[in-house]
Amino acid sequence: MADTHFLPQASLDTLFAALTRDGRRILAPVDRDGRTELNPVEHADEVASGCLQTVLSAKEAAFPKVERLLSYTLAPGAVALQDAEPQARPTVLFGLRPCEASGFRALDAVFNWDTRDSFFNARMTALAVIGMSCTRRDEACFCTSVGGGPGATAGSDILLTPVDGGFLAEVLTDKGRAMAALAPEAFRPDPGLEKKVVEVPVAFDPAALTVRLKDLFDNGIWAEQSLRCLGCGACAFVCPTCVCFDLVEEADAKGGRRLRTWDSCGGARFTQHASGHNPRSTQAQRWRQRIYHKFSYYPERYGMLGCVGCGKCTRACPVDMNLQEHLLAAAQA
Amino acid sequence: MDVIATSRQLLESGAVQAVIGFEAGTRGIPRPAFIRRAEGAGALVFDANCTQNLGTYLTRPEVRTLGRVAVTATPDTLRAILQLMAERQLKEEDVLALAVDATGEALELPTAQAVEEHLAMVAQVLPDRDREALERLGRMTREERWAFWQGEFARCVKCYACRNSCPMCYCGHCTMDCNRPQWVAEPSHALGNLEYHMVRAMHLAGRCVACGACGRACPVGIPVHLLTFHGEESVHRQFGQRAGASSRLDYALSTFRPDDKETFIR
Amino acid sequence: MSEPNLYLPHLMRIAKITEEAPAVRTFRLEFLDQAAADAFAFRTGQFGLYSAFGEGESTFCIASSPTRKGYIECTFREVGRVTAALADKEVGDVVGFRGPYGNVFPIEEWQGKNLVFIAGGIALPPLRSVIWNCLDLRDRFKDITIVYGARSVADLVYKEELKAWADRPDVNLVVTVDPGGETPDWTGKVGFVPPVLEHLAPSPADTIALVCGPPIMIKLTLPVLARLGFPPEGIFTTLENRMKCGLGKCGRCNTGSSYVCKDGPVYTLEQLNHLPAEY
Repeated sequence: MADTHFLPQASLDTLFAALTRDGRRILAPVDRDGRTELNPVEHADEVASGCLQTVLSAKEAAFPKVERLLSYTLAPGAVALQDAEPQARPTVLFGLRPCEASGFRALDAVFNWDTRDSFFNARMTALAVIGMSCTRRDEACFCTSVGGGPGATAGSDILLTPVDGGFLAEVLTDKGRAMAALAPEAFRPDPGLEKKVVEVPVAFDPAALTVRLKDLFDNGIWAEQSLRCLGCGACAFVCPTCVCFDLVEEADAKGGRRLRTWDSCGGARFTQHASGHNPRSTQAQRWRQRIYHKFSYYPERYGMLGCVGCGKCTRACPVDMNLQEHLLAAAQA
Repeated sequence: MDVIATSRQLLESGAVQAVIGFEAGTRGIPRPAFIRRAEGAGALVFDANCTQNLGTYLTRPEVRTLGRVAVTATPDTLRAILQLMAERQLKEEDVLALAVDATGEALELPTAQAVEEHLAMVAQVLPDRDREALERLGRMTREERWAFWQGEFARCVKCYACRNSCPMCYCGHCTMDCNRPQWVAEPSHALGNLEYHMVRAMHLAGRCVACGACGRACPVGIPVHLLTFHGEESVHRQFGQRAGASSRLDYALSTFRPDDKETFIR
Repeated sequence: MSEPNLYLPHLMRIAKITEEAPAVRTFRLEFLDQAAADAFAFRTGQFGLYSAFGEGESTFCIASSPTRKGYIECTFREVGRVTAALADKEVGDVVGFRGPYGNVFPIEEWQGKNLVFIAGGIALPPLRSVIWNCLDLRDRFKDITIVYGARSVADLVYKEELKAWADRPDVNLVVTVDPGGETPDWTGKVGFVPPVLEHLAPSPADTIALVCGPPIMIKLTLPVLARLGFPPEGIFTTLENRMKCGLGKCGRCNTGSSYVCKDGPVYTLEQLNHLPAEY
């Protein structure tokens, strides 16, 4: 049941102050040196206006690029293990685009499938999302082709849509209601506001693509598409749904720690055995893995796509591996 | 003949098995393209926006197996080709460089000597923005410079877009891949990021052809190219040579000449 | 407070080290914490991630049988950073263990059947767990045949257990070494495992085949089993892939849509025929 309000632009600071008083950190898009970054803010005027998206996704709030999982001290013949307390600061993601907000679901599918990841869950429990609908798009966006949309509510606790003088505020979840209750004066009655968002025409049918992929595993298209791919991790690291990680040990004679870090299936050594054997030794195989993981294995294993159509990968790629373009070409192969 | 006609002819005659060039990409920005059949040559473009250093593809196994390749080459790419030859990674007969002049005319440069002579007529000039940035860094105190780079590296996510877009980072087993010993901390925390960028800058001193591809590739906008540019300027000052000037260049940091400056001996 | 830390290993003391072959060792590990030891259970086919604290984790099958309580065993070859650190350890040292992970050999479905175990080199460990599991429940199975080969006599692992199996009247053991790998006093067979198997010609009737070996051995053994009439759903093997989490989360070990750490490591040939060979 829709719980909608009018949030005046001028009341944003009231809301921010209330959230800060409640002990929450606010992360929002911030303009810096020509980039849009996701940074801590305290006042509404720090938030970037008119930006499309941040470069890095907000997944870092729940799945940081480096996270300690455990530590230990060493003595001759003895090891003392220390469990790591998940670091979960109460955080509000403000201004998150609907595509990104829906991405947390894909992270949750992996982190909580079969066994539950305490680190991710602690951060997600402490996280709330105030999303921002899109009134602009660029050529890299394709949210509507993967079940999303510029005004979609999935993943947001409150979704704001720009209107004259402020925002239409849809309060969607218990977390959203708890935030609104911190600054009730900011959430005025909805006088019948119209939710206007940009149009993003659907470019392809993902279910048809998933079916088509079953026949394309050995197709030469992956070698062709991946010729210019550099095999770096830019696409994986900016992606809101990419979740592959590495476990890294750092230690000296007295003790050490085990860390979880982001990793990318595009890297040459990702699947290499200690013997030197590498099941995915060509970039073509690694590019194919990226596509299949998101559009074939995710639907098969978790009943959802592993892509939200945000286009961050396309924008971040140094050689313009335009995902939407490659998917369309694959669908027609 | 322009790039398209030249490429078409080269592919039709079998003189090359592939042309590595640029095609129009998303939002009109050119991106690398691999043309294997003459009919595909019409997609090729070559203008001031073609900045990715195509030399980075010349050492990749998937590209080597294509056969002899032609490469549409900016001066940066030509320098990369010469430096790769100097480092014995490329043979003259494996690559045909296609320089493009101001009128769009393609010039075939089939030998190292042809490339060297062509480059001799093109002044290697740092872009203003980068020269100013280097000057700004040079005016900083050590503490200020340290703080600047610490701030920049904090954004690094160790995606290695910089390394992978560099024509000189062709090692099949990069220092970063080595875990016995673990030369460089792998995670993208402060130490891991600092170690990586410092090691890369050192590995490129005397080898960097100053194309700036690394800095452009960085998705979070760290100007890593300034590190390697600075290394290159430093080598030029101390040893009087520039990477990419010739296909027979010794590596500055492992070559001893009796007239090397010994200003470090005090 | 919250959920348990999935990545926290058990601390294990090395109770026994056996030098099986050049660069190949077996560790017998005992839980430091008695409560953890009492609560621990696994089934044959499962694996774990073993920590050399200071270096990292490595993946090995649990090579002992679940019927033997109080310890687990793993057999590994020194090949990289972590295994080199493990190889340096002595009896009494502490290592880590996370597990058991992965799926299992469905031995309860094989009651009343004949079992043929075919293994090569360092790939005997996963089958050794099954062999002892079945031998400890011997009357549930009919004929048990083991065909095991290695490059040379020195490379044979579990040398003492091979003698024990050879001495049992209820086991048919055939051991072979590659041509050129025999010693002057070698009394076993000389020849590669696939032709030795073909010569032995076990009947497929009511028989389950388990095959573990280096890729080339598997590649040449499967056609032999097909020629002998073994159906794909009656041939079991284990896959190995680079692993880090063992939990189906880090995204590394998949072959096609199948994660070796969760849907494997035990697969039938029938299953593998429907998966790409990304291993």
